[in-house]
Amino acid sequence: MRQILELLERDAQLSHETIATMTGLPVAEVSEAIAAWEASGAIRRYKAVVDWDAVDEDPTSERVTAFIDVSLTPARGVGFDDVAARIARFEEVRSVYLVSGTHDLRCTVIAPTIRAVSDFVSQKLSTIDRVQSTATHFVLKTYKRDGDAFTAQEADHRLPVTP
Amino acid sequence: MKPLNSVIAACPPSGIRRFFDIAAEMDDVISLGVGEPDFVTPWRVREAGIYALEQGYTTYTSNAGLPRLRELICADLAARYGADYDPARECLITTGVSEGLDLALRVLLNPGDEVIVPEPCYVAYEPCVAFAGGTPVRVPTRAEDGFAVDADVVAAAVTPRTKAILLGSPANPTGAVQPRAALEALVRLAEQHDLYLVSDEIYDRLTYAGSHTCLGTLPGARDRTVLLGGFSKAHAMTGWRVGWICAPAAVAELAVRVHQYTMLCAPHVSQLAAVEALSAPSDEVDAMVADYDRRRRVFVKGLRETGLDCPEPGGAFYAFPSIRSTGMDSVTFAERLLQAERVAVVPGSVFGPSGEGHIRCSYATALPQLEEALVRIDRFLRQAG
Repeated sequence: MRQILELLERDAQLSHETIATMTGLPVAEVSEAIAAWEASGAIRRYKAVVDWDAVDEDPTSERVTAFIDVSLTPARGVGFDDVAARIARFEEVRSVYLVSGTHDLRCTVIAPTIRAVSDFVSQKLSTIDRVQSTATHFVLKTYKRDGDAFTAQEADHRLPVTP
Repeated sequence: MKPLNSVIAACPPSGIRRFFDIAAEMDDVISLGVGEPDFVTPWRVREAGIYALEQGYTTYTSNAGLPRLRELICADLAARYGADYDPARECLITTGVSEGLDLALRVLLNPGDEVIVPEPCYVAYEPCVAFAGGTPVRVPTRAEDGFAVDADVVAAAVTPRTKAILLGSPANPTGAVQPRAALEALVRLAEQHDLYLVSDEIYDRLTYAGSHTCLGTLPGARDRTVLLGGFSKAHAMTGWRVGWICAPAAVAELAVRVHQYTMLCAPHVSQLAAVEALSAPSDEVDAMVADYDRRRRVFVKGLRETGLDCPEPGGAFYAFPSIRSTGMDSVTFAERLLQAERVAVVPGSVFGPSGEGHIRCSYATALPQLEEALVRIDRFLRQAG
């Protein structure tokens, strides 16, 4: 069953029939399992992995990604959870992690311009209660994201027919 | 000019070569004719090779190969199959199983010795026997039996000159995995007639139904078995040319003797990359095997849906469907399929007379390509039928 999820995680477009063939499970069982995961939220949704650098040729259609490290004062009873949830609600915030190290939260923010990111940091993020400091790192180029390499694919150097 | 070596001159060129020449000239060919993984060597291993170059490991190694690599190979065989080989005296590193096969046969054979070769089999078996001065004696295996070797059929081919039986399992081209009972029967036969067993187990990690039986671990087999293995298939390292022989010390010692004069040693960088391949957990290999298995299931099912009869391949990455229903011989079928639909397969007759009526299709190809190949094969069969 776990295999079904692993297959979908790699290629969400696989048909239930193909997954059934690959795993040796009956199609009905595969469909049922997937429906159950969709209902329970174990499968959140299906989406494409887009390399925006390969799409955005128009320099005005800019997209800026930034990693923002946030230091917080913890609060009794909730630790960092309430502030983290509050930050996570912003549309431009794509991920929020509690991390070890010099800062407490690591967030990923995507916004149309550098200005928009800095506005977000100065107006929204830094003004949240118990946020002590932030450190913003703008992404200059993406090489790999979530296991997908964004560099040139390796060519197939095999000869067409070999013993 | 005086005539060249008559044994080599009499050896026909590989039938695969011709298809390569035709396919190489065409655009838009989907090749199911490739006998190697479509994965690139895992980066961890490649990086170790690069590091080895940076560190200047560009020298010879000892003839038998790096001690560390031999230790890892013997430990791996012990952990996986319970095999018991001494890395110092019973293991040597070769430039792929190809060299291992050549060494094994040269060490075992005297001129005129016969080697029984169940076919269809890998294209190099018979020529290598002949080059080593021996005489290959084919015995057929049948699709109806899942290409299992029948010890009685082999026994009927034994003569006073028979020296060895040469077998690959899992097999290229059939994908067949020899059942343990068939191997045990062969071992008994070998004991009875005092024969050596040369076991090509390059595809050992690529089995999909049940685990691999290592011939050298069967009762009575160890002292008469020459075990050939390598990194090409499981670790996707074909171009590195690194394999090994594990054999009783007397055989291994002579193999090293030939190897030291003809090859000297396997490439140093490749040996260090192979050390890395065996040093870490085999997650990458397991992931590749799982991926082959998924494609195997999709491809075999798809072949059967086109109406072709396809024996269940339990190992390697080949399907070997029968094309008898089309009335064509395998060469005609492969040529017409290539011309009409630009799908390259290898005619089964290339692998021996029992391969006639079949084609070898490698499913070490990306899934969308396999699916497109199935569409094209289906269309071809409709138009042909």
